[in-house]
Amino acid sequence: MIALAHPPNSGNIVIRASDVWKSYDKGAITVLKGVDFEAVAGQTVALCGPSGCGKSTLLHLIGGLDLADQGSVFVNGIEVNRNRNMVDFLRHEVGFVFQLHNLIADLTLEENCLLPATAAGMDRHVARERLMQLAQRTGLEHRLGHRIQKLSGGERQRTALCRALMNGAKILLADEPTGSLDERTSAAVFDLLLDLARTEGITLLMATHDRGLASTCDRLVEMRDGRIHEC
Amino acid sequence: MIYFRLILTNLGRHGIRTVISVAGIAFSVAAMLTVVTVLQGAIGMFSGILSSGSELIVFERNVSDLFFSDVPASAASQIAHWPMVAHADPVLFGVVSSADHPIITCFGITADDARIRDAVWIAGDRTQFGQVRDGVVLGERAAEFLNASPGSVVPMGHAYFHVVGILRTKNGFEDGGVFMPLDTARSFFHKEGSSVVTIKLHKKDDIPAFKRQVKQSFPNLIGLEDTEFSRSYSQFKILKATAWAVGGCGLALGGLGVANTMIMSVFTRIREIAILRVNGFSNGQIAAVIFGEASIVSVVGAVVGLSIGTCALYGLKLVPALHGYVDVTLRPGLMLIVVVLALLTGIAGALYPSVYAMRIRAVEALRFE
Repeated sequence: MIALAHPPNSGNIVIRASDVWKSYDKGAITVLKGVDFEAVAGQTVALCGPSGCGKSTLLHLIGGLDLADQGSVFVNGIEVNRNRNMVDFLRHEVGFVFQLHNLIADLTLEENCLLPATAAGMDRHVARERLMQLAQRTGLEHRLGHRIQKLSGGERQRTALCRALMNGAKILLADEPTGSLDERTSAAVFDLLLDLARTEGITLLMATHDRGLASTCDRLVEMRDGRIHEC
Repeated sequence: MIYFRLILTNLGRHGIRTVISVAGIAFSVAAMLTVVTVLQGAIGMFSGILSSGSELIVFERNVSDLFFSDVPASAASQIAHWPMVAHADPVLFGVVSSADHPIITCFGITADDARIRDAVWIAGDRTQFGQVRDGVVLGERAAEFLNASPGSVVPMGHAYFHVVGILRTKNGFEDGGVFMPLDTARSFFHKEGSSVVTIKLHKKDDIPAFKRQVKQSFPNLIGLEDTEFSRSYSQFKILKATAWAVGGCGLALGGLGVANTMIMSVFTRIREIAILRVNGFSNGQIAAVIFGEASIVSVVGAVVGLSIGTCALYGLKLVPALHGYVDVTLRPGLMLIVVVLALLTGIAGALYPSVYAMRIRAVEALRFE
């Protein structure tokens, strides 16, 4: 029996996964077993579940970083990885935040944040203006010229958040964004994440182990053994 | 700007490796520049011998080497009387040997020859040339290594010759050679004609007519303009091809160095490339970063190599034994070709790493944190 995770309120569905299967090692490990999932625009959704239950895999499939073995994933009404320019998709439609920030250590905070804008060919002045806006929101405006090695864990994750939102993506996929932070920093980054998502109308899909933090999202979806259970 | 930062950051991360790659390209470029310049200089000097005071050269058709060419004396004499011809100087090339010097180039020429006319006489004078049958004039370097001065008797081959003068030319081959009266040379080398006849016309416009007349009057001879001869002479072609082949091999080795560096560079930052991909970098943009790195290594290597090569050429010029043999004239065209070749080599070296980088799947690279 596959549990369908319906959005709690009706609205514009921006993410839809239908009967998604994914396995690794030539089928030896099946991570997703017919996942059905939907999320509406502007919704904040927490994906909870034990390690290895398929949270990250689902995020990767929605973000177009990986291909489903079976089933389909639609984002903004278009099937991901089919009939879609994936480069443009990554540039403009989704942003990623990972557990380990995945910033380029030798570049400065500013340079890291400008990477998506550079990839998209955004006007330099427009990009800088956007960066200043995000830096102010995340309290990083005084650290723009600092290299990543000089930043604290919380600052790095906030930098990753700025980078993910640089090109104005309306879908944010966060894979354990507070997983490597201490409790206090974790709460601060999480609050920032929710605040940004809500004020900018972003659909946030976040994988997390922290049920306390997850409960502050609009929806909490439980994943177990490759399937989804709405809480 | 970010591209440039990414490129410089990547090159700076492994400074030693980058420096080694730059050095590889630099030494290749220096080798290519030196070999090609020296050989082109040598070709230029040899051409200079032929074109001394002339604009055309007549020689036997289809000979592999001018030393084997035989232009009959009667032909040279006839050509000299054609109305369009201002000067026709027969030259007989030969090689003589002396103790400790097995190869000395010998020029059998007339007293009217431009070499005699235009040279700087260090000892003796032009009027003495050809007055004595066994009298020879030595180039300045030949006089040095034969330890001879006017009045000396020098043994060459099976005969002895009196030195009647010493002259200086700008040409290393001539400066290290022996000038014999044409008749003496014919007798010494058992030849009746000459190797070539160098021609100066009254009017350059007559060149095509002259060439046609040579073809009609002497079917086994050919008349070529000096530049035309330099382009078509097989010995020059072989020398040029050798120079470029040697230089090309050097550059190919440098290219392998760049390829190795770029491969290592890509392998050690698979995760970083995955990050770029997640942030919307296209295959082309990722390749541009890799090619940018290779291009910088190549161009810096080429510039360093040109500097090293230039210094090496000037160093060679200072070697007394090579005086007059090395023409260090740096040709902008050649330098440009060398830089472009270095750049292309670097780009070729970055091809596989770029393709590899483009195939990196972000999800696999980022999965293992």
